[in-house]
Amino acid sequence: MKLRIRFDKHGKIRFTSHRDVARIWERTLRRASLPVAYSEGFSPRPKLSFGLALSTGHESEVEYLDIELDPERTDVSMDLDSLATELSTHLPVGMTVTAVAFIDRQTPSLQEAVTSCTWQIDVVDVDAETVAGAVARALAAENLVVTRERKGKQVTDDLRPLVLRLDVEGPIEADDTGTVAGVRLLAELGTQPRAVRVAELLAALDPPLTERRVVRLHQWITNDDTAERSDPLSAALSPAPAGAT
Amino acid sequence: MNSLWTQLEPLLPHVQKPARYIGCEDGMQTPEHGPGIVSWLLTYPDTYEIGLPNQGLQILYEIINERPDGAAERSYAPWTDMEAVLRRERMPLFSVDTHRAAGDFDIIAFNLSAELTYTNLLNCVDLAGVPVRQADRADDAPLIGVGGHCTYNPEPIADFVDFVVLGDGEEAVGDLTELVREWKVAGKNSGTREGLLREMSKLPGVYVPSMYDVEYDGAFLAGVTPRYSDVPATIEKRTVADLGEWPYPKNQLVPMTEVVHDRLSVEVFRGCTRGCRFCQAGMITRPVRERPAEQVSRMISEGLQRTGYDEVALTSLSTADFSGIESVVKNAVSDKGTGQISVALPSLRVDAFTVGIAAEIQRARRTGLTFAPEAGSWRMRQVINKLIREEDLYGAVESAFSQGWRRMKLYFLTGLPTETDEDTLGIAELARNCVKLGKTHKSSASVTVSVGGFVPKPFTPFQWFGQNTESELQRKIGLLRDDTRRSKGVQLKWHDPKATLAEGITSRGDRRLGPVIEYVWRHGGTFQEWSEHFNYELWLEAMAANDCDVDWYVYRHRTEDEVLPWDHLSAGLHKDFLWQDWRDALDELGLEDCRWTPCYDCGACTGYGIEHRVASATPPAGGSQGTGVDLSAGGAVPVVLQARPKPEVEVVS
Repeated sequence: MKLRIRFDKHGKIRFTSHRDVARIWERTLRRASLPVAYSEGFSPRPKLSFGLALSTGHESEVEYLDIELDPERTDVSMDLDSLATELSTHLPVGMTVTAVAFIDRQTPSLQEAVTSCTWQIDVVDVDAETVAGAVARALAAENLVVTRERKGKQVTDDLRPLVLRLDVEGPIEADDTGTVAGVRLLAELGTQPRAVRVAELLAALDPPLTERRVVRLHQWITNDDTAERSDPLSAALSPAPAGAT
Repeated sequence: MNSLWTQLEPLLPHVQKPARYIGCEDGMQTPEHGPGIVSWLLTYPDTYEIGLPNQGLQILYEIINERPDGAAERSYAPWTDMEAVLRRERMPLFSVDTHRAAGDFDIIAFNLSAELTYTNLLNCVDLAGVPVRQADRADDAPLIGVGGHCTYNPEPIADFVDFVVLGDGEEAVGDLTELVREWKVAGKNSGTREGLLREMSKLPGVYVPSMYDVEYDGAFLAGVTPRYSDVPATIEKRTVADLGEWPYPKNQLVPMTEVVHDRLSVEVFRGCTRGCRFCQAGMITRPVRERPAEQVSRMISEGLQRTGYDEVALTSLSTADFSGIESVVKNAVSDKGTGQISVALPSLRVDAFTVGIAAEIQRARRTGLTFAPEAGSWRMRQVINKLIREEDLYGAVESAFSQGWRRMKLYFLTGLPTETDEDTLGIAELARNCVKLGKTHKSSASVTVSVGGFVPKPFTPFQWFGQNTESELQRKIGLLRDDTRRSKGVQLKWHDPKATLAEGITSRGDRRLGPVIEYVWRHGGTFQEWSEHFNYELWLEAMAANDCDVDWYVYRHRTEDEVLPWDHLSAGLHKDFLWQDWRDALDELGLEDCRWTPCYDCGACTGYGIEHRVASATPPAGGSQGTGVDLSAGGAVPVVLQARPKPEVEVVS
């Protein structure tokens, strides 16, 4: 028996890491006395499964978490709306549960299923024309090659196929933290076979851009057969297409 | 008075672990500030991860914030990358609660639990925008205060602090708040700071170094005497008589990012009368004051529910000695019924009884076991008054291995008074015997031996002892390395003798070391507790530059008639008691635990008109109880030992 939870992350708490968020959830679930299933063995851990890591410092409208419940202690008729409220009261300021649903135990994990994310990216210390040029060059390019270190080896990747969308939204006069002028971008970045990080995309642009505020707006699951996009909650709730496992 | 958050926020993506600086803890308070409210910035001079769990700081945070005339926020030493950012942006040290500038507080108070953090204290004061030297401070500058175990010899940092609190801070912070409030309401006028400090010096437990003159007789100290007749000649520590009246912290802070000891902590008693002669904590915190067992149980169950932690540590200097240990443990593990709560005993006693309790309570997650026999031979353990028989250790180890543990840690000290190479090598012998016991249960059994160099501390019987030289400690560690090289299953770890020397410099120094500490700080020597930042050469250079001799300050034995830099302070202990205990140590004579034997008048109870508060007049079961006599003979250990679990996962402690 599994629950899928959607929550957001804004404000000061965005400076916590993915691991920090996992610990915050473990404590939150114990405080809410949710009957979470535990792993067996010498060092039992609650069976929680998080989606794609959010970089430390980035905000999000749409983080997801799957929780396996202990069927013997779970009341299947529990009111999910009040559960969402209850969990939110135990979460730190800046994190709120926005949806809860029971999902099938066989639902593919978030890590496997999510195919892309939409990002709102504010870049600063740059004028709109330069940003437009950098975006146009990236979209026109056949490839966007980056090298990164992985297990001590230099690995080369082409980001271009994973940049599904990159639009200039327009200038921003100021944000809530002061009077930093900049430009807002919207990007949809693929996550398979690996998730493109916003920072590496910005670094790969010509000229490279500096992020100021980054918000994850959507996570998408693309159905292989129909090519339709849906969010991880609707995807898990809709009946599986024929032939799917 | 504005929050610095908006300036800080864009800088955080450029530092490591930005969550160190955001506050947001569960239990965090955002107190009101105002003209009639005394604001305290409680600062731990090390990283957030190390400082946040500090219980002393959290207790004072709550007590001050409960007062209508008090407001307390917290700060921690910014890591080197953050310090660079702050200095570049010309931003000050700030509180994590409301990101208020440190210089806007009335009092910046530091918790000092390790001497090597002194340079961080200076760095934090400087980052606050306050002159590091007390004499250079303007009348309305924040008052710099210190408390914690290191303050039993505050002389090396006397030039940098306005006041020092000796002993328990629960009551002293109230007295200080009232006094500072009057001064604040009157406007902190020019010329009034000196008067305030003089009034402060009359508060019990409060030492104001600037109110005292220091005289020397050649290299020796002649005396530290009050400059005014109304300033006390001796400052007695503060002692909270009944821990039951202070159930703090009530709302332990739950950090949003990982810290050391990331769990609930409940202090079960304060003080220790085991009488280990090397142990400053045991000497300066007497007498024993137990928290009522029901209160402990309540603090555990409410604390776990409120915080969501699945682990609770029962803290004290020797938790198995808590007379309510069995009932508290049973309540704790049965309370939730899920079997997912584990209880940590950070200070295990060396006997099978203790291991039995550990097995009972670590059902959920089993961490490594650590024992501290401290010395490798019975002779040496008599000298240091840690009267653990070899049988006690082997009983504990056998019990642990038979119950499924596969590795354990043993703590030892080297460089102890009268230590011979035979005593040192006894450490390796004990470890090998423990591994041998383990191998009968599991072929992969191993024992990690952790060896630290002994630093003599003020207000202990060993305060007169000349610390082993750095090269002597290196030699002894070399002996152990050679001896354990082919001992399978024995892993040797040791503390850097160079760091032991630096700790020795600051441990028993006088005010002439102030310039040495300042020199190390001015030359970039912060985070000296961290091996990657520790700078041995810098300490030696600072000593030489200020005509301070390492031999004289560290390696020299002191004589009975020598004036010690802390003689004008008192932890309640009679100096002649400590001297007698030092002579007894050299004669290899043990001294029993006075909780269960007649008083030998160390001074800690009689001087303050208080007593041990223990729920049981008889020693807990098992082992030799530090007496060297087998107290468990004929009596069963009253804890049901569990069947040996079948581990599926390798436990990494």
